[in-house]
Amino acid sequence: MKNNNSKGLSAILTRDVYLTRLITLMAIWMIFMAIFKFDSFYSIINYQTMAAQFPEYGLMALGIMLCMITGGIDLSVVGVANFASIVTGMLLKAMVDPSGELPLIGIPAAILGGLLVGAAAGALNGFLISKIRIPPILCTLGSYELFTGIAILFTKGKAISGFPAAYSATIAGKLFNIIPMQLVFFVIMAAILAFLLNRTTYGTKLYMLGTNMNAAKFSGLKTDRLLIKTYMLSGICAALGGVVMLANYNSARADYGTVYTLQCVLIVVLGGVSTVGGKGRISGVVLAICLLQMLSSGLNRFPQVSSFFIPLIWGGVLIIIMVLNHFTENKKIKSPKAIIKVLNGQKM
Amino acid sequence: MAQSVLKVVDIKKSFAGVDALKGVSLEIAPGEIHCLAGENGCGKSTLIKIISGVYEPNSGQIEFSGNIHKKITPIEAIMNGIQVIYQDFSIFPNMSVVENLAFNSELANKHKLVNKKRMRKIAKDAIAKINFEVDLDAKVGTLSVADKQLVAICRALMFDAKLIIMDEPTTALTRKEVNALFKIILDLKAQGIATLFVSHKLDEVFEISERFTIIRSGEKIITGNTAELDNKKFTFYMTGREFEDIAFTPKNTDTAPVLEVKNLGLTGFFENISFALHKGEILGLTGLLGSGRTELALSLFGIRKADSGTIEIDGKEIRLDNVQTAMENGIGYVPEDRLSEGLFLPRGIGDNIIISEVDSLANGIGVLDRTKKKNEIARWVKELTIATPNPDNACSTLSGGNQQRIVLAKWLARDLKILILNGPTMGVDIGSKYDIHMILQKLADEGMSLIIISDDIPEIMTTCSKILIMRDGRITATLNPKETNIQELSKYMM
Amino acid sequence: MPIILKKLTQRNETYIFLVILVLSFLIEFRSGQFFTPNNIVDIASAMIVPGLFAIGTFMVIVSGGIDVSFPALASLSVYATTSTLFDAKYSGNMWLPIVMALAIGALLGAVNGILIAAFNLPPLIVTLGTSSIFRGFMLGVLGAKQMPVIPKGMSTFGTSSLFVAKNAQSGLTSRMPVAILALIFVLVIAYLILYRTMFGRGIYAIGGNETSAFRAGFNVRQIKFLLYVGVGIISSLAGLIRVCMMTQDHPTNMLGMEMMIIAGVVLGGTAITGGAGSLTGCMLGTALIVIVQNSLILLGVPTFWQGFFLGMLILIGTGVSASQVMRSSNMSKLRKTRRAL
Repeated sequence: MKNNNSKGLSAILTRDVYLTRLITLMAIWMIFMAIFKFDSFYSIINYQTMAAQFPEYGLMALGIMLCMITGGIDLSVVGVANFASIVTGMLLKAMVDPSGELPLIGIPAAILGGLLVGAAAGALNGFLISKIRIPPILCTLGSYELFTGIAILFTKGKAISGFPAAYSATIAGKLFNIIPMQLVFFVIMAAILAFLLNRTTYGTKLYMLGTNMNAAKFSGLKTDRLLIKTYMLSGICAALGGVVMLANYNSARADYGTVYTLQCVLIVVLGGVSTVGGKGRISGVVLAICLLQMLSSGLNRFPQVSSFFIPLIWGGVLIIIMVLNHFTENKKIKSPKAIIKVLNGQKM
Repeated sequence: MAQSVLKVVDIKKSFAGVDALKGVSLEIAPGEIHCLAGENGCGKSTLIKIISGVYEPNSGQIEFSGNIHKKITPIEAIMNGIQVIYQDFSIFPNMSVVENLAFNSELANKHKLVNKKRMRKIAKDAIAKINFEVDLDAKVGTLSVADKQLVAICRALMFDAKLIIMDEPTTALTRKEVNALFKIILDLKAQGIATLFVSHKLDEVFEISERFTIIRSGEKIITGNTAELDNKKFTFYMTGREFEDIAFTPKNTDTAPVLEVKNLGLTGFFENISFALHKGEILGLTGLLGSGRTELALSLFGIRKADSGTIEIDGKEIRLDNVQTAMENGIGYVPEDRLSEGLFLPRGIGDNIIISEVDSLANGIGVLDRTKKKNEIARWVKELTIATPNPDNACSTLSGGNQQRIVLAKWLARDLKILILNGPTMGVDIGSKYDIHMILQKLADEGMSLIIISDDIPEIMTTCSKILIMRDGRITATLNPKETNIQELSKYMM
Repeated sequence: MPIILKKLTQRNETYIFLVILVLSFLIEFRSGQFFTPNNIVDIASAMIVPGLFAIGTFMVIVSGGIDVSFPALASLSVYATTSTLFDAKYSGNMWLPIVMALAIGALLGAVNGILIAAFNLPPLIVTLGTSSIFRGFMLGVLGAKQMPVIPKGMSTFGTSSLFVAKNAQSGLTSRMPVAILALIFVLVIAYLILYRTMFGRGIYAIGGNETSAFRAGFNVRQIKFLLYVGVGIISSLAGLIRVCMMTQDHPTNMLGMEMMIIAGVVLGGTAITGGAGSLTGCMLGTALIVIVQNSLILLGVPTFWQGFFLGMLILIGTGVSASQVMRSSNMSKLRKTRRAL
């Protein structure tokens, strides 16, 4: 928590040096792209493409972020996403009539089905983590295998396709002909989560629980319920990601996006969320997603640079930011507030 | 006159412009038992770290048995016979006693391979020095706190120690174990080994130390012989203020009890507990560590459900199965370890205050009313005189006394009938201690009922209107503080 | 005798062993094929690569850290070795590839080591980042592609056998690869280091309480650094053996294995927080996963049930272990208070 109460851009920037660093990196890159590839990068099409690409994993990252605030993690998001996309796809196929048309409620119903799958998966995770006390990293590891395994059972290991064209046209289409629908989904989810975290008791309780689980219990917080809710939300985010994937690829498989797991954790950490819990903001994660998406898209414009460089750059950015943080953390000890802490024998 | 084993002269230390120590001098003779006392943040930790070589002083001189050093490294301090036992004992809970004892010397002698026979012998010799009986193969994490401390002491004695520095050694010990520790300190004295121990407990200062030094705000206030010290002087030196201890007389009491406990029991911890608590009363619950008093408190708060007996609140029987039920019935609990159980240190002061009542600051679907929240926070900061320039500051920026006020505020923010406090002034400076006592008495006067669990006898005597003593899981006596004295209390406790 | 029994029941490893035993008998009962010579050899053979990975991962987790970059690290060092030697038309024996791969692995491990030991950055995040970097480097800078043919020396090594086990009934034969010697060798070295050297005890000490380890005089930085270098070396060996045994280099084949390896290590009783666990348990846990993976076929279970069963195994295994921890901490609380009374 910082001392500045004032709003305004400059206050926000000084409040969170970390976010500033991300914004700076983004600004540098945008200038770089402006110089070298202005036409192709700063085109509407490019922005639309970027905005259509990132929600797939961006939604999963949002879910992981929530779990990390509690001091846990959700490694099962990809499994849930695939499972949800398969269920949505199967529902779509089940509702289609002989002429290939979907009833009006077809798409919403199918999506709802997928989201329910996500909620159920999250509830299982939450239950195992809060009541049985399995460490989150291990539990979601196991449930990832489980959900993927169940998805394989449904699909017998193959991809399912042949969905009504209306689905892809809608979900992978554009609102008002400009804004990609995928972006709309992401923005709505991010806004909901931001509201929950900042303006509701759920958010306050969540941050406290992530800071000190013990004290949370002693303060009367229903920690089990909070954890289950959180993992359910994560499951729903992942499921929404699966819904988007279904539209993007027009097919569903049990093993799409396996690289997304580590990638999303990387994004969340880059976004300033602490692995020990109690810290993290939606704005940070959104910034990290934008930064990384811009890096990828930008690199794609240089044909000499293979797209395989992207993971290299992402990993590099993460490490550089962490090292930078390390060096400024050490400077922090010289500030007067820190001295008082030291004198009081308190940990930094 | 033998040379002092330790002599520090005019030590100054500052961290980026803030003075932690402003010229402190200290002298300890061989075999002397010396107590270093002071409030949190006074600089005693810094002094110890300088003596043991962890920090370098900005100026001043350190002398070990006549050898003058300008600055030292931790290894040099050890070579000169200085051993520090930190509050966490620096042990490895996952490893055996043998390994815990033998590691330091194996490493110091640069052994690369493990020689089980040699390590075992080292361990055996170490525990023999203070006649400590323990299973050498047990994992240290499974030992009791007192035994862990003894392992740390044995290890400290292995290197020809001349001075052992103990940081708040008695915090987690039962009375019996404290006695055992003091006996060991006397044994060490007989062997010519001096002890410097940090403590804020007056009775310990009196009991074991020969000389004492009090530090306040980085300055040495006084060094003297314990024989010449008394309660009032001690308090004055520690805080610079004089306090009048006002004994509590309950007003506003009702004949109908707010809380009635009948034959409450929890297997293995306590049994047959019966008592009544009236409105406006402050009940003191005391007993040695392990007497079951903490478990009783936890049962009354719903954390550890009792398995026999009944609890009645305002005449109605309630099953306190969980914390939420307890809270709904107007019970609050200020825990023993405020840092790990009571506070969310990195979070803001405001958040810490309102967290237990946060649902009442929001509408039906959970959306916070930010103005309401702000006002509520401001109210409690004012009422409990919490010293902070900004309620958004992290809780960790506050002193121990102020932190305890926050824990109190958190509970007072709810509408409570009964407040249970476990060790309410532990680790709190004397000034805050007095203030907190006044707050508690005021609460009782306003109609709240309080249960205070404490092993600070003077605190119990002045703050409570009735005292229950527990021993071995049972209540051994119910006393009126105005009609009893410390000796009688001790008798029932042991 | 009773004391030994009591000590055995207190240890996690015993339970894993029992589970493996029960599972084996179940499979034997259903298929009659488990305890056949060729199946046992198959399982041992399947253990080589995961076992090696697990040893390195185990040591890191005991120290209180974690490493999720080892598949990417191994893939990179092995691809670099294999493609360089292939392009140079290398025709010699296995020793040069081993030296090369291990050297590169050590270098890559050192990257992890510096970031974690010297800069004190959290291991999960660092290895997350380096995993990405290694993968990107291999695919981007080196332009890694599948290599259907590898240098002869390597494929000879991968296909040569120590002995061949034959199942008299079915006539099936399985070869025990020479590479099993590598696993045994590394196991022995790991055992000696962990239990017979101060370095190894230091790993446990750091996992138990890092500050205490520092105060006791352990060179914590050095130990951590060397640990991650060591993981780099062992993982590269594992990757190399895998490529040799498959006689092909598929660069992204191993990516994603990290979670199953960690699961195996943890199932074997290693605490994810560090400081506790044994080499035996680590190998037993890995064996359990390998057996489940390999024996579903024996049971006639279609391969696409595998993920489901593995997931259930992990959840049940960690669930049981977690409730054990809960029970034992409650018991020790009871014990402590009773003693003080």
